[in-house]
Amino acid sequence: MSDATIDPVTQPAPKRSSLHQTDARTRKRNAAEKRFKAYGICAIAVGIFFLVVLAVSIIRSGLPAFTQTVVSVEFTMTQDQFDAAEGELFKTKAYSAFFNNALVETLKEKGLEVESDAKAFERILGKTGGTLREFYRANPDELGKEVDFELSASSRVDGYMNGRLTRDNMEDSRFLEAADLDIVDAMITAGIIKETFNWNFITGADSGVDNPGGAGIGASVVGSFFMMLVVLCLSLPIGVAASIYLEEFAPQNKFTDLIEVNISNLAAVPSIVFGILGLAVFIQFMHLPQSAPLVGGLVLTLMTLPTIIISTRASLKAVPPSIRDAALGLGASRMQAVFHHVLPLAMPGILTGTIIGLAQALGETAPLLLIGMVGFVARGYPEGFISGFTDPNSAMPAQIYTWAARADVGFYEKAWGGIIILLIFLLTMNILAVILRRRFERRW
Amino acid sequence: MYDAPKLETALDQQDIKISADKVQVYYGETHAIKDVSVEIEDKTVTAFIGPSGCGKSTFLRTLNRMNDTIDICRVQGNILLDGEDIYHAKVDPVQLRAKVGMVFQKPNPFPKSIYDNIAYGPRIHGLANSKADLDVIVEKSLRRGAIWDEVKDRLHAPGTGLSGGQQQRLCIARAVATEPEVLLMDEPCSALDPIATAQVEELIDELRKNYSVVIVTHSMQQAARVSQKTAFFHLGNLVEYDDTSKIFTNPSDERTESYITGRIG
Amino acid sequence: MPLSWLVIIVLAVSAVGYYLGRSRALAAAGGNSRDLHSLPSYYGANVLMKIIVPAFGVMVIWLLAQPLIIDRSVASMIPPSEIDEGASIGLVMAEVNRTAEGIRNAVAEGTMSREMAEDGRAEFVDFTQRLKDAGQIVTSNLSATIVRAAQRTNEMVAAGNMYMTALVLLIAAAGLGWGVKEAKPLFRARNVVEQGIRALLIGAASIAILTTIGIVFSLAFNTVEFFRLYNAWDFLFGVEWAPSFSGRGGSSSLGVIPLLWGTFYISIVALAVAIPVGLFAAIYLSEYASPKVRAFAKPMLEILAGIPTIVYGLFALLTVGPLLVEIFGEGGWLGVNWQGGGRAVMTAGIVMGIMLIPFVSSLSDDIINAVPQSMRDGSYGIGATQSETIRQVVIPAALPGIVGAILLAASRAIGETMIVVLGAGAAARLSLNPFEAMTTVTAKIVSQLTGDSDFASPEALVAFALGMTLFILTLCLNVIALVIVRKYREQYD
Repeated sequence: MSDATIDPVTQPAPKRSSLHQTDARTRKRNAAEKRFKAYGICAIAVGIFFLVVLAVSIIRSGLPAFTQTVVSVEFTMTQDQFDAAEGELFKTKAYSAFFNNALVETLKEKGLEVESDAKAFERILGKTGGTLREFYRANPDELGKEVDFELSASSRVDGYMNGRLTRDNMEDSRFLEAADLDIVDAMITAGIIKETFNWNFITGADSGVDNPGGAGIGASVVGSFFMMLVVLCLSLPIGVAASIYLEEFAPQNKFTDLIEVNISNLAAVPSIVFGILGLAVFIQFMHLPQSAPLVGGLVLTLMTLPTIIISTRASLKAVPPSIRDAALGLGASRMQAVFHHVLPLAMPGILTGTIIGLAQALGETAPLLLIGMVGFVARGYPEGFISGFTDPNSAMPAQIYTWAARADVGFYEKAWGGIIILLIFLLTMNILAVILRRRFERRW
Repeated sequence: MYDAPKLETALDQQDIKISADKVQVYYGETHAIKDVSVEIEDKTVTAFIGPSGCGKSTFLRTLNRMNDTIDICRVQGNILLDGEDIYHAKVDPVQLRAKVGMVFQKPNPFPKSIYDNIAYGPRIHGLANSKADLDVIVEKSLRRGAIWDEVKDRLHAPGTGLSGGQQQRLCIARAVATEPEVLLMDEPCSALDPIATAQVEELIDELRKNYSVVIVTHSMQQAARVSQKTAFFHLGNLVEYDDTSKIFTNPSDERTESYITGRIG
Repeated sequence: MPLSWLVIIVLAVSAVGYYLGRSRALAAAGGNSRDLHSLPSYYGANVLMKIIVPAFGVMVIWLLAQPLIIDRSVASMIPPSEIDEGASIGLVMAEVNRTAEGIRNAVAEGTMSREMAEDGRAEFVDFTQRLKDAGQIVTSNLSATIVRAAQRTNEMVAAGNMYMTALVLLIAAAGLGWGVKEAKPLFRARNVVEQGIRALLIGAASIAILTTIGIVFSLAFNTVEFFRLYNAWDFLFGVEWAPSFSGRGGSSSLGVIPLLWGTFYISIVALAVAIPVGLFAAIYLSEYASPKVRAFAKPMLEILAGIPTIVYGLFALLTVGPLLVEIFGEGGWLGVNWQGGGRAVMTAGIVMGIMLIPFVSSLSDDIINAVPQSMRDGSYGIGATQSETIRQVVIPAALPGIVGAILLAASRAIGETMIVVLGAGAAARLSLNPFEAMTTVTAKIVSQLTGDSDFASPEALVAFALGMTLFILTLCLNVIALVIVRKYREQYD
């Protein structure tokens, strides 16, 4: 203790500042404290603000995708008129003329004068003749009766109805001219045009590039479903098996280290690299079909495996060693101890992790672009269950990308609508995971 | 001494540094400290002893409002430092802690150099006007912490690289650097080996010249060696507070006697 | 015989084997399972294992190897004269395989008789016409050689499938015999079965290694192929990115520098958004927030992490891009004409930053929480305020971990695809203006591989070289980050 005793510095006179008076320096420091805290609050606020903006723009832009504008016209077509139309050289044109006539008449009854302009009607309602002809050829007994015929309006009219398109911002094109809006306005006044729920968007398949109105996400929901089925059936057993090995059996050696390093690294490899892997290995090398949910599922399985393994190992680790000891003490083999006791106890945690992994896989897009699940118009649904895995199809996120990449702005609305559907699925899965965790969570 | 009540200056004419009156501490529903009144003298080593969980550390932490960092903790009663209520609304705990420094059970040097560890307090309190000032303070504090000779050649090495005993002396030096008036020590030797303990105890004896030192300890021998006054806590109550020699030779409470002789605790 | 039937038969045999093994062991012990070494079901499982594992193993290997062998053997049938100028044997073989599949489908649909499909001397014109009628081929320039090669392929496929079926069934039967023979009371069935399960578990764990190997090989093979067609030096140090659209190479400039620059620039903007916001959010949540605020704000921020990147991409393209143009564009709020179009470095960078906020905040939150409380106490004990403690003690202590978190976030940013594909633009540029459209490595991988160019052209192969670049970059960042974070955790454990 020599240095304390030779301490040359004498104790300064004790400061007698009162504790009840905050000195200037402390005030300054407290101000800095407040500022610092405010930064934190700002950061949280910024994060939540972004979330709100995102949510608002999704909902505001996406909801119109769920409605569709339809025009309903009541008219009667007699047998004679039918025969006459069938006798013409351009049959659908005759039907169109008939329909246009009926439309003008309907408007006239309501006291609205509209010039019968076949081109304009076509821009508003599409090729009405074909639809009409199909209807009467399929239901000949409807001839001579009055029918209430509903036709969906084109996507531009849709846009006009829900405010995306206005007279100010529109430009004349082959899709819609300003004068056409007068007719639409007349229809609105007559009350024959209305918005209905667009079931086709939820159940239908993608449409051609110039028909945003007819595009639906249904086929790609089916594609995503098949993909998730593949991911679930592969990643759950493989993930659980791998985790059991690493957590319960693996010796401490180089091989185990190698696996561990690989898993933690794969979890951080960009998803597009998995797409390249899928393209090169599954399609180029193994000749599996392009655009098939099977291949998509395989790629996503490889991608989600690290996530699932990491969460599964955490739940296995959470089971206290005393449970294993108890089983081993009764003479069970290690394998029996794990499969009979540890695994069932860890199952809720494993399932929660798996659902979250699946939700991640469901929203993944980039790898799907590379294996061709994009820009593809699925024609009809898969016929059989098995062919659903190997027939070309799209997936929800890939479909959304396809729409976003198209030139026609009508598709943007569909893309936002698709996002709403996708997020509903994700939300459901996450809520399921939370419920599972709440219900079965066990504290040791 | 402003308008504080005239305090009885007993025994050997020491000033009263801290005066606690009917202090109650609650952790949520638990009543951790019950009705403790104690007067801690200046330039004296006061030891708090008692069995585990008796509340001696909790009480120590109320003396510089370290309990403020725990949400569920409530303190009632008066604690006066030089006659001023430290739980008064106007008191900034930051200013208070500059006057009442604390050393913890486990050495906790910051992940910085030895020099920066010591300079941390003076810097935040603005005690140095220049680099030279700071150098003087650092050297002085390290000397007072009885560690200067061991570290003077490696002031810029990380403080975490020292041995346990050195780390604890560094922490004491760090606490001394802000020139506190009271030094609280919460079992400062419990993580140290006997040799390091002896060094720290010797240091505590030195520190008594300038500070009022309050030390919580599990070791009765240590309390007997370093302190002049001893307080015995039991189940949140202050059972007995007296001169150390009296407590260890002739305790007036039988619980104290049981503890000293090893029957409880 | 279709594959599914074969699978079902093997499964059926194994079910029988399970039953036989179990009952034989029991019978040998005189119906008293106590005299058996293992539980009866283990004897059954032993038989099951000995049937399924080798049978399916052989089947999978056969299915993988067969197309390769057939391709090689058929390819030798095609004379070099058949291969068009500039095309490769690969293209012709693709045509052959398409035709072969077409023939199979036509037979299945009944538009072509089996005899005709197999007839090597069938009238070529008629043959092609029938295929076209059946809607099975699109190209018109089928040559006789291709049709013959296709027929040969079909023959070999049929023969191969037959051999495979026979072999698999034989193996299943052998397994059955072996397993049932072993079912004796003293046989240690449980140990054998558990060894088998253990091997399966090891196999499952090794998939991680296989995946990495698969990634490295699929990138490396094609990258080497690319460098054979295109100078590696020009790729690595070329400052111009201008692939020709003919898909024939030659005139393309495929320099990676502009793409790397775009990638880094966008990542820097993203990190400039994500680091301050994420870090301060983490500090507030871990040091200041009351449990209630924390329970609300933390999940809210984490929602941002759960949103698929395609959503962010659309958000960039349709919301943030137009908004930025309104602010910085011509006639915008600021009256500066900096930004021409919605797609720009800023657009993609900001949106990517939003995506990374929860990534940075939750990683940093964990790391800040790992800093021991004693260190904070030490600082408070000296009289430091909370912010002084955080800035001067907690953050320096957590710094290595935070750096690791930021590196992981940077690796995320570099590998992010959808946001840049939709938000950053398609033009490769070396520019400092953040309001200009630029493109990234990932965006170009997508555009080079989703076009119609064939896989043998440098324009398509360059995507693999880009993928390799990306993989190496992110790998380095990840490894450094993981090492730092692990070291950090050990320090406080």
